[in-house]
Amino acid sequence: MVDKSWLKESATFSRPVIREIQRAAETGIYDIRGFGAKRSIPHFDDLVFLGASMSRYPLEGYRETCDTSVTLGNRFAKNPITIDIPITIAGMSFGALSAQAKEAIGRGASQMGTCTTTGDGGMTPEERGQSKYLVYQYLPSRYGMNPEDLRKADAIEVVVGQGAKPGGGGMLLGQKISERVAEMRDLPQGIDQRSACRHPDWTGPDDLEIKIAELREITDWEKPIFVKVGAARTFYDVTLAVKAGADVVVVDGMQGGTAATQDVFIEHVGIPTLPAVRAAVEALQELDMHRKVQLIVSGGIRSGADVAKALAMGADAVSIGTAALIALGDNNETYEDEYNKLGTSAGFYDDYQDGKDPVGISTQDPALSARLDPVAAGRRLANYLNVLTLETQTLARACGKSHVHNLEPEDLAALTIEAAAMAGVPLAGTQWIPGRL
Amino acid sequence: MASFNLADSTVRELNQHLHGSVAGKVSVDNPGGKHSVAVGATDAHDVEINGNVGYYCAGMNAEASIVVNGHAGPGLAENMMSGRVRVTGSASQYCAATAHGGLVVIEGDASSRCGISMKGVDIVVKGNVGHMSAFMAQTGRLVVCGDAGDALGDSIYEAQLYIRGNVESLGADCEEKEMRAEHKEALRGLLESAGISEFSVDEFKRYGSARKLYNFNIDNASSY
Repeated sequence: MVDKSWLKESATFSRPVIREIQRAAETGIYDIRGFGAKRSIPHFDDLVFLGASMSRYPLEGYRETCDTSVTLGNRFAKNPITIDIPITIAGMSFGALSAQAKEAIGRGASQMGTCTTTGDGGMTPEERGQSKYLVYQYLPSRYGMNPEDLRKADAIEVVVGQGAKPGGGGMLLGQKISERVAEMRDLPQGIDQRSACRHPDWTGPDDLEIKIAELREITDWEKPIFVKVGAARTFYDVTLAVKAGADVVVVDGMQGGTAATQDVFIEHVGIPTLPAVRAAVEALQELDMHRKVQLIVSGGIRSGADVAKALAMGADAVSIGTAALIALGDNNETYEDEYNKLGTSAGFYDDYQDGKDPVGISTQDPALSARLDPVAAGRRLANYLNVLTLETQTLARACGKSHVHNLEPEDLAALTIEAAAMAGVPLAGTQWIPGRL
Repeated sequence: MASFNLADSTVRELNQHLHGSVAGKVSVDNPGGKHSVAVGATDAHDVEINGNVGYYCAGMNAEASIVVNGHAGPGLAENMMSGRVRVTGSASQYCAATAHGGLVVIEGDASSRCGISMKGVDIVVKGNVGHMSAFMAQTGRLVVCGDAGDALGDSIYEAQLYIRGNVESLGADCEEKEMRAEHKEALRGLLESAGISEFSVDEFKRYGSARKLYNFNIDNASSY
């Protein structure tokens, strides 16, 4: 046995890097995986709340109201939706996820009075039936898109991009193209499905304005229309989405999850959620549309602290995807032995593309899917959403706010220079915001 | 018969009429290139539009029969579910994009990306189609009585393409296929449905997927 304790590992060629080079040499294909960006980047952890003190007074934690409701889509839509908590569930497709997982998400979100979102594969009856508010995604592939489901939706989300891969299209490998998934998508069973990265019938913001008007005409101007962009040129993207007529803009940072994308895309395209929030809010403020067009932020939201910080920076709500899957049961140690058989371990599993998820979430295998009880998993998601909400309220009350939307950038300080610059809040203990005079 | 003069009334009024009212004849005058004319019809209306239309005319149509006596802008009959759409002039790009069913007939030419991501619709173009037509076409049939531009059927799935004239080039994984009796029969039916009688099915060639790129293989990387 060699004593490895004295061996010096290269910072440039770390063991994971060496393993990836070896894997690439063995297979000749880039690494495709799920989950989101794994490398360390500036995030909400780099901000803290200042809390009430001499110049502010707090609210009583258990006695004074702290409202969490949010109305989405009151710019043009006849029927905006009002959700009870400022946390929505991000778009995840049936296909990427099992029908049981989609049903569980609908159940959990509905118990907490918030909305869930379809994905790149159409609307399932299970999902519609269990979702109090369902946002129907309008994607480049248009798999399963039909006017009947469009009218059944509570809102429509035009997806321009997602944080895990701004500029990339969806991907669902053959092992997950089951008979039902293939039928819903009008595709041959078992093929590697690679969705288009651009919409087939519009190009650019001027076309999008006409497209949004068409969707409004088809749905008699009833549904709120969201536009979702991956965080990249966020200031301009948000400006153009508002110009195109969006009721709600969704900005997804690079930590946002995916069911299947090239690792190089996940880790190297897009900007973190932190600067994206600031850029989006600045765009809305410059247009005098802040709070008139709602901003939903996603990408790496894990706790009530993340929620509260995003709201303090000016978001109207946040959206969760990866965290919701974990709440359902993803990466649960109960299945450690089976994770080991797949060459991984609970807490590290990201091969959503393979369809072998032991927990029954990111799979179309009937036996694996059956392991997930939609009722119990839905309850776990509701519990988790409840915790996020309580934590958000705790922080808001500590800052003296009777509505979570009253949180403001002045309640925040940054712990690092990078976070101060990206979030546009002062470095703790100073008035300094790098990059600003 | 319901009549809408879009010089006076709005596209909204027309579309509201097509959503839920009892099916019947609908006449539309002076469309003036307006967008979203006659979108989202929910029943078997018989719509005649006299003039040119802008983007997305007949978008997501279900059941209705819509005739445009003029030219159509981009995205004609996009995501159509069923029914019939006929344009006596030419159609701009993305004609019948992602459409699931029904029949679209263009008596003139269709521009680029005709039938992009089509999902079951039948399209008959009496003239030519532009580049990248039937890109990622999933199912359904595209008939072109004239020529097809560059990269026809790029990344095609199971859609069937019948081209009478010259094909500038084929896209990735699209190849010429044998024209058997059943294909000639199907083509004959499509031409009849479209009201086109001047061409023989023997003049057409059939194209479809080579199915070599359905599952990723590193040795095919240069084909994309």
